[in-house]
Amino acid sequence: MPSHGGATAKVPTEAGAPRGPDAYRLTAGDNEYDDGSLLEISMGPQHPSTHGVFRMDVVLDGETVVKLKPVFGYLHRNHEKIAESASYLAAMPYTDRLDYFCSLTNNWAYALAVEKLAGLQVPERAEFLRVITAELTRLQNHVCLAGFLMQDMGASGTPLMYGFREREKILDLFEALTGARMMCNYMRFGGCRCDTPPGWLEEVRKVVDRFPRFLDEFENLLSSNEILMARTQGIGVLTRDLAINAGITGPVLRSCGVDYDLRKVDGYGLYPKFQFRVPLGDHGDTYDRYMMRILEMRESLGILRQALDAIPEGPILDPKSKLRGFRPKPGEAYGRIEAPKGELGFYLISDGSPNPYRYRIRPPSLINLTVLEDLCLGHNVADTVTILGSIDIVLGEVDR
Amino acid sequence: MLGIGLIKGLAETGRNFVGSYLDPDRLVTVEYPEERLPVKENFRQFPFLVFDGEKADIGLRCVACQICEKECPPQCIYIEKSKDKKPDHLGKPQFYPAVFDIDISVCMSCQICVEVCPFDAIKMDQQFELSTADRFRGLLLTRDRLAKPNSHFQAIHPRDAAEIDMRRVDERAKAEAKAKADAEAKAKQATAAAPGATKAVASTPKPAAAPANEGAIS
Repeated sequence: MPSHGGATAKVPTEAGAPRGPDAYRLTAGDNEYDDGSLLEISMGPQHPSTHGVFRMDVVLDGETVVKLKPVFGYLHRNHEKIAESASYLAAMPYTDRLDYFCSLTNNWAYALAVEKLAGLQVPERAEFLRVITAELTRLQNHVCLAGFLMQDMGASGTPLMYGFREREKILDLFEALTGARMMCNYMRFGGCRCDTPPGWLEEVRKVVDRFPRFLDEFENLLSSNEILMARTQGIGVLTRDLAINAGITGPVLRSCGVDYDLRKVDGYGLYPKFQFRVPLGDHGDTYDRYMMRILEMRESLGILRQALDAIPEGPILDPKSKLRGFRPKPGEAYGRIEAPKGELGFYLISDGSPNPYRYRIRPPSLINLTVLEDLCLGHNVADTVTILGSIDIVLGEVDR
Repeated sequence: MLGIGLIKGLAETGRNFVGSYLDPDRLVTVEYPEERLPVKENFRQFPFLVFDGEKADIGLRCVACQICEKECPPQCIYIEKSKDKKPDHLGKPQFYPAVFDIDISVCMSCQICVEVCPFDAIKMDQQFELSTADRFRGLLLTRDRLAKPNSHFQAIHPRDAAEIDMRRVDERAKAEAKAKADAEAKAKQATAAAPGATKAVASTPKPAAAPANEGAIS
């Protein structure tokens, strides 16, 4: 018997024959995996390996991933709309909270966009301070990433604690300069908020001089470790074409051999003045992504040394910049920098009022996360954790 | 050979373990409540209101202009302007905040209120042990709890405080000089313009206003 209401009405089909109830079909429902061969599990949002409140809907065939759906938004806090209803300056402390490991690079990207919008010139000393703080940020981000990656692989504690020990020294520098360890809120439109406290640059130099010893130790500890190699080499291979098509940036892109570093391509700030090399990988696997970070840290140290040698005295803020009543001319601007995780961009539209008409962020974490399924398919469920760790996401930035 | 990398790594942990007894660089742990690191001068925690002199209700620098209330990104400041005025350190009559609340459960210590304040009235504190059992009233700092003497500011931010104190001394000296000059000019005018005119005498120039908060800048 036809079960659909009104199915008795004879509607001619293409062939002219009447349609029966068999002609209809339903989309796949919740019982897609009911035949017992597959298992759908939900990893997160409280799973410790997901780096925050991130959830993966993983469909497993035994231990092999056959489908993976990232679910996020648990940390959404309406950052873009809040910034559109607040003044330009008031959005600056909120940018700290995007990628809370790298508040100084977030500050820089936002300041760069506003400076383009308002046509402000950054004094040379401020540019040097920006480079120094950004490279220190890169160091501490990568050191944490490497530590967390090992933690995800089951190397509980030791590498992470070694990494955090070094990170603490850099956070102390941030605290002495900006007043806060993580929520620095340091850059201003047309410069930086305050000059360095006495003796700060010498402290930076001490940390920079000691850092290579730590890196050597860290590499001794891990880079040739057989278990690490077995767990990471050939796992989560990202192809060059997919990386480019998906808009991947940062170390994840460079690990597949694409020479694209905004510090070289855009040459924003003072980066064209510095000598440094861009590490590139060939395989695009988890091990390459790990090594990109280690090698980048060594290059960052080189940039830091050059910056510390060359930093001039002088003003740190464009005199045209003002705190209160800041109204850029109507227009639009996109400022982007090479944040430790990839290209971080801020797109702003001004309508001449004290708050931005449109405020949009291009977060590297979110866009790098889009290839997660492609990287994980066919690997074991334990590998999804290391692959996710090697992509380096921070949920504050993914969800905004 | 398989295992070389593992042994190398193990040697590294061994070196770190032994080194932690010898090298202060490798043992960085601070046993917090008993041991404390020195607080950095730039370190900032929730804001406080600076007052000059001895008494908070007389010497409060805040003039209730409400700029910080407007600029505060998370909108955690609430100010009610006073009805009457009282003289500030230059002797000029100014409003004062009848109510000044900061909800530190909302405040994110971003320092923007400090930057936009034209009167050096609000500054960042360094008090960080603020846990309380009362999560509503305990975290809503009212004017009385926010007000702290200038000596506290000088103690926690010596470089900033010295600069601001210098500037305020200058401002005050200038204001006093100007008031004096004005008074002299007026007196001169009065004597020159009106020999015998009684009206001019009636409008005797005000004396250089003596600030109520005497000894404000210590």
